[in-house]
This record gives sequence, C-alpha cells and structure tokens, in this order.
Amino acid sequence: MNRKVIIIGSGPAGLTAAIYAARANLEPLVFEGSQPGGQLTITTDVENYPGFPDGVMGPEMMDLFRKQAQRFGAECLFKTVEKVDLSQRPFKVWADGNEYSGESIIISTGASAKLLGLESETELMGNGVSACATCDGFFYKDKKVLVVGGGDSAMEEATFLTKFASEVILVHRRDEFRASKIMVDRALANPKINVAWNSTVDDIIGTKESGVTSVRLKDTVTGELKDETCDGIFMAIGHVPNTQLFDGVLDLDDKGYIQTHADSTYTNVEGVFACGDVQDTVYRQAVTAAGSGCMASIDAERWLENQQH
Amino acid sequence: MSEFVKEFTDQNFEIEVLESDLPVLIDFWAVWCGPCKAIAPVIEEIADEYDGKVKVGKVDVDSNQGTSMKYGVRSIPTLLLVKDGQVVNQLVGNVPKGDITSKLDELI
Repeated sequence: MNRKVIIIGSGPAGLTAAIYAARANLEPLVFEGSQPGGQLTITTDVENYPGFPDGVMGPEMMDLFRKQAQRFGAECLFKTVEKVDLSQRPFKVWADGNEYSGESIIISTGASAKLLGLESETELMGNGVSACATCDGFFYKDKKVLVVGGGDSAMEEATFLTKFASEVILVHRRDEFRASKIMVDRALANPKINVAWNSTVDDIIGTKESGVTSVRLKDTVTGELKDETCDGIFMAIGHVPNTQLFDGVLDLDDKGYIQTHADSTYTNVEGVFACGDVQDTVYRQAVTAAGSGCMASIDAERWLENQQH
Repeated sequence: MSEFVKEFTDQNFEIEVLESDLPVLIDFWAVWCGPCKAIAPVIEEIADEYDGKVKVGKVDVDSNQGTSMKYGVRSIPTLLLVKDGQVVNQLVGNVPKGDITSKLDELI
C-alpha cells in the first residue's frame, strides 16, 4: 500500500510528527527502529520537558507520545528500516524484507551513543563496557566504575550509577565540564563521585570471562599512563547522527547530520523531510526535537497538498 | 506474552535449559530496561516461528541474580544461546532479528 507519509524513527521528533500527521488524516506509518521511543528510553527522570512539573520517566513519556499518535490513527511498526530508495516517487523503504512505499518521508532517526573506537571496547561490550547506565548499572552493586565524558549525559549517568556502585570516577579529557551547572553541581556534591581531569582512556583491560578489570588512563598534560582498577566502564562521550541509510543520497554535513533548508525541515530531496537530533547540531533536546517533528509534519502536509495542483 | 516464551528462573534453569533436548534461546531482561522492552516483541516472534525447534525463554535478572551472575551477564538485554548445556553464543543489546535467527539457524 502506498502511504502518504512514512516516518522513520520514533523518538520525540518522529512521534510528534506522527501525532500531527495522524490528526491531519495522513495515516502515517511509523518505523520505530532498533530503539523504540528513542534515546529517552535509556534515561531516567526527564525534568525539563514542559508540562511535567514533577518530572517523568523517559520510557513512560515515550509511551505517552506513542499512545497519543496511535489515538489519531498512526500505525507504529516495531521494525527497523534497512534500505531506502529516494531516487523516485513514490519513495521506497525496506524493513524485515518487506517493501513499503510513501509519497513523502519524514526522517527522525536521531543519534546513537558514540564509542571510543578501541578494539578492547568492542571486545568487552556487555562484559564490563556499557553505553547505557540505566540498563546496566544494576550489575555493578558495590563495584567501582568509570564514566567517560563531560557533558550532561555523563553527569546523569555518574549520578545514577552511585545508586549501585561504591565509587564512580568521571574521566574527562579537559579540566572543566561542558555540562550544565545544575548537573555538574549535583555530580560533584556526590561523595561517591570523583573526577580524573585531563584524562583519556588509552585501553580497557579484561577478558570476556573476567569482565573489565582495569582501565589504562592517559594524562593529557604529562602523557603519563596509569592503570585504574575497576569493574566497569560507561561511555557518555556524545552522539553520532544515525544517517548511514542516507549517505550519498541526502546532503549531510561533515559530522553526518542531515542538512535542512533554513527555517524548515526540507532536505535536498523534494518530499523528504528531516527533524529531531538527526539534523540538529545545536540544541538536541526532547522539546526541540518534538518541535521540529511538528514542523516536519506541517511541511509534509503542505507539500503533499501542493502536489495535487 | 506469547505462550511459547517460557519463564526461566534460578530454580528451573537446570532442568529447563541445561537439560533441554532442544537448543535454547535465553533473554536476560528487567522491567526497568528500555531496550529490553524493545526486543521483547522480536523474542516473541522468534518463539512462535521456531516452536518445536528452539526453546525460548526469559530470565528476569531482578529475581534471578544467581543465573545472571553465573553467566556473567553485565548488560541487558543479553541473549544467550545454549545447546547441550553449553553456551554457544552471546548477543548483547537490542540486536536485529536477523542476527538472532541466523545464529539459531546454525544450531538447528
């Protein structure tokens, strides 16, 4: 069946686009992807989304977004798009071996946690190396863990991990954090959290059987190497946009973000719109993602209307 | 939950998994884990499709810490493939369905 709107991605941007498209009777089809609900599903409390004065749990909020979209007729599939053909209309996407076609596409594939790129990191992923504190913190009761990063997510993960771990060391390559003041203050006030300033991870030591046993840190000022004994290491060093599907098809910037026309969600391919973190190099907040999801839906709706004339 | 997805516990793990005649797919999960929720429908689909060929079940890590620790589970979701009482494969994270089924197809 040919859809009017296909939405790829199911974070705040994709599901807001789905709410608007569904209310406009465009019967959107949403591909939820490998992380239904998006990055908020691996966070804990969301304290800065307007309308929730007491905060809300990330996964719970995304369930609410989905319900609201479905209420107006959005169809959400728990499938991941593997391939797209944007060279002619209707556009085609493939998921789980099936082909789907749409008059317009809204891309809201978001971003994924960045990794350091060490061989030992890949080898020990799930055996002491983690990119999700809320998923894996539980396994580190009374253990010592490292958190790599200096942004808001590093502060949040470190603070969260103190619920389980006996000691958390924040490893940061510079001598100050770029995280917001409230998050930094909260982390630094926690007696279980210590900071290794001016430090990068040189290597992670351990085996699949033993798990991580220590991490070799490098002092960025003196170049000195030091082994820090620990049981786990959590990566919180930022994100990369999920644009592998669109490489060579859509205009991307040098970091891989989709480039949209000024003051809109239009991409370089007519009928293809992008919203949320996948095109946001600046703000990357749930509420800005939701806002741009609304823009993408309105852009798509108006574009579809113009096609009929 | 699908009728084909069993619940494995510290108590029944030996009989249900280690002594199983069929290969076993085990999904370690917890209620507070977002990615576990995401992979759950995939596990149910697999359980339906491989009924009679592979035994599929879940271990709640909250209430079955013995089994989780024994198999060194430190990240969830973790999927273990067990044949003749031995772990033959481990998949960590919300992996695509095809990655799981291709590993299962090697076993049956």
